[in-house]
Amino acid sequence: MNDRFISFEGIARRYPAPGGAQTTIFEDLWLGVPKGEFVCVIGHSGCGKTTLLNILAGLDAPNGGVVLVDGKEISGPSLDRAVIFQGHALLPWRTVLGNVAYAVSSRHPKKSKAEVEEHAKRFIKLVGLEGSEHKRPAELSGGMKQRVGIARALSIEPKILLMDEPFSALDALTRGTLQEEVRRICRETGQTVFMITHDVDEAIYLADRIVLMTNGPGAMVAETVVNPLPVDRERTDLHKNPAYYPLRNHLIDFLVTRSRTFRDAVPADRDPRRPPAVTIPVPQPAESLRTVA
Amino acid sequence: MRLSIGARASVLSAVILVVFLLAWHIAVRGTTTGGPAMDPEYAKLMGLTATQGKSAMPGPLDVGAKLIEHARRPFYDNGPNDKGIGIQLGWSILRVAAGYGLAVLLAIPLGFLIGMSPMVSRALDPFIQILKPVSPLAWMPLALYTIKDSGASAIFVIFICSVWPMLVNTAFGVASVRKEWLNVARTLEVGPWRRAFTVILPAAAPTILTGMRISIGIAWLVIVAAEMLVGGTGIGYFVWNEWNNLSITNVITAILVIGLVGMLLDQMLARAARAVTFPE
Ligand SMILES: Nc1ncnc2c1ncn2[C@@H]1O[C@H](COP(=O)(O)OP(=O)(O)OP(=O)(O)O)[C@@H](O)[C@H]1O
Ligand SMILES: [Mg+2]
Repeated sequence: MNDRFISFEGIARRYPAPGGAQTTIFEDLWLGVPKGEFVCVIGHSGCGKTTLLNILAGLDAPNGGVVLVDGKEISGPSLDRAVIFQGHALLPWRTVLGNVAYAVSSRHPKKSKAEVEEHAKRFIKLVGLEGSEHKRPAELSGGMKQRVGIARALSIEPKILLMDEPFSALDALTRGTLQEEVRRICRETGQTVFMITHDVDEAIYLADRIVLMTNGPGAMVAETVVNPLPVDRERTDLHKNPAYYPLRNHLIDFLVTRSRTFRDAVPADRDPRRPPAVTIPVPQPAESLRTVA
Repeated sequence: MRLSIGARASVLSAVILVVFLLAWHIAVRGTTTGGPAMDPEYAKLMGLTATQGKSAMPGPLDVGAKLIEHARRPFYDNGPNDKGIGIQLGWSILRVAAGYGLAVLLAIPLGFLIGMSPMVSRALDPFIQILKPVSPLAWMPLALYTIKDSGASAIFVIFICSVWPMLVNTAFGVASVRKEWLNVARTLEVGPWRRAFTVILPAAAPTILTGMRISIGIAWLVIVAAEMLVGGTGIGYFVWNEWNNLSITNVITAILVIGLVGMLLDQMLARAARAVTFPE
């Protein structure tokens, strides 16, 4: 059960196309995510990543197939699945505290105002925004807004955290700091995370497993790549690990060519229900280096 | 030394006022300044001014004196045709408040419904499109015939003229609440009532308030005309009555007072609009 904590089972999503036809974003898509795993989905723009995430969030309904979470079919959004939106989506008329407290009071309607605020403050502190509780979103920088979004999502203590390119609008420095914080928090709490990104390095640093989606329409999950890097990795030291470049090359190679050509050479024995889990072999020279040292 | 823009603007305003008052004073100089011209022989006087090229217009000093007189005794009541300007204004404000209040009660919930349901929006659209451009005064005979009460008819006319901007703006504001804010509420499993009050209402409030501000302006424009028609009480009736009395001084005084009250009403709504506006 736990190795399919999230389970996409044969889902399809189609949109009406001009002239009465239909565009199939994807079809018969299967994917399982074990509990406590951090999964990143990468794929080209427009292949259907947001659609996939929105279906898991319950904000969008598939035209076919089901999504199971913890063994139960989902039907609409739930407090068990928190979403960190790409455009932060804070309520601009509420303060930082007000935004987080809104989520907390939705999760715990019976809590008193003081309890809600104290709970909210705990999560504001967690993302390092102490002292800005009474600011409004308009007074915050882009990175701070995204932190509030993270605090809001974490404050409801969801079973699954969903993130749609949460850092793509931030500058490199802020992005790096937030990636480190998100990784720390998610590791401490054993959070199951389903994240979409465009950034290969972000996926390599954060993910336990990386899902590769081919180009749309009719996108497929080509494979899932197991991240061979040690769990206690440092963001700035990634490139020193011998497994880093092979993994990175594999992902870039997928984005550059295989995402486009995959459909023309689908292996005959491919079972859409079980996209292959790939492990990238680590080159051996590292071995000799270690013996020398 | 250079004054700030604000200070220079004030100086310019004062200069314009003084020039205007002087020009007015000079233009009407030579007119008999014997207070309100209730003289039954006024017609003769008219002939005289016509032949001698003199003006029957009161000057700024007459109007000023009249204003002071009204300010001293705003609430006197000497029978149906002679009441203080304060009482008349009170009646008008009361009618506007009643008609406008009823319009708020209808337009905001209905606007919510229209904004949230594209089906209701389409169903009601033809009615709104046809009824909205009708001059509120065109409803007056129908109101008088069905309600059979002139005061209530005036209130109805205020209601019908204030309802449209609020309805249209509320519907627009509610329909254009950002999808991502609604999605936040959905992912937090916020119920429909809580969502209406904690997401849609605050998000649409600036647009709704804009509609309310347009409405109060129109209501205050229309009340004068409505009261001229139905008569009895109110500032509109006062203006018409003073015209019949040929007291141009009182008419000008009333114009000033109407403008002043209209400005205050607008400022109130503007302040409320500022209070609900959020920076993005
Ligand atoms: N409401 C809609 N009507 C028609 N087509 C849509 C609609 N929403 C999305 N699509 C199409 O579905 C496809 C997938 O969209 P989606 O937003 O999931 O892409 P994405 O992978 O998230 O892209 P990006 O990386 O740019 O965010 C796109 O080709 C888009 O044109
Ligand atoms: Mg997307």
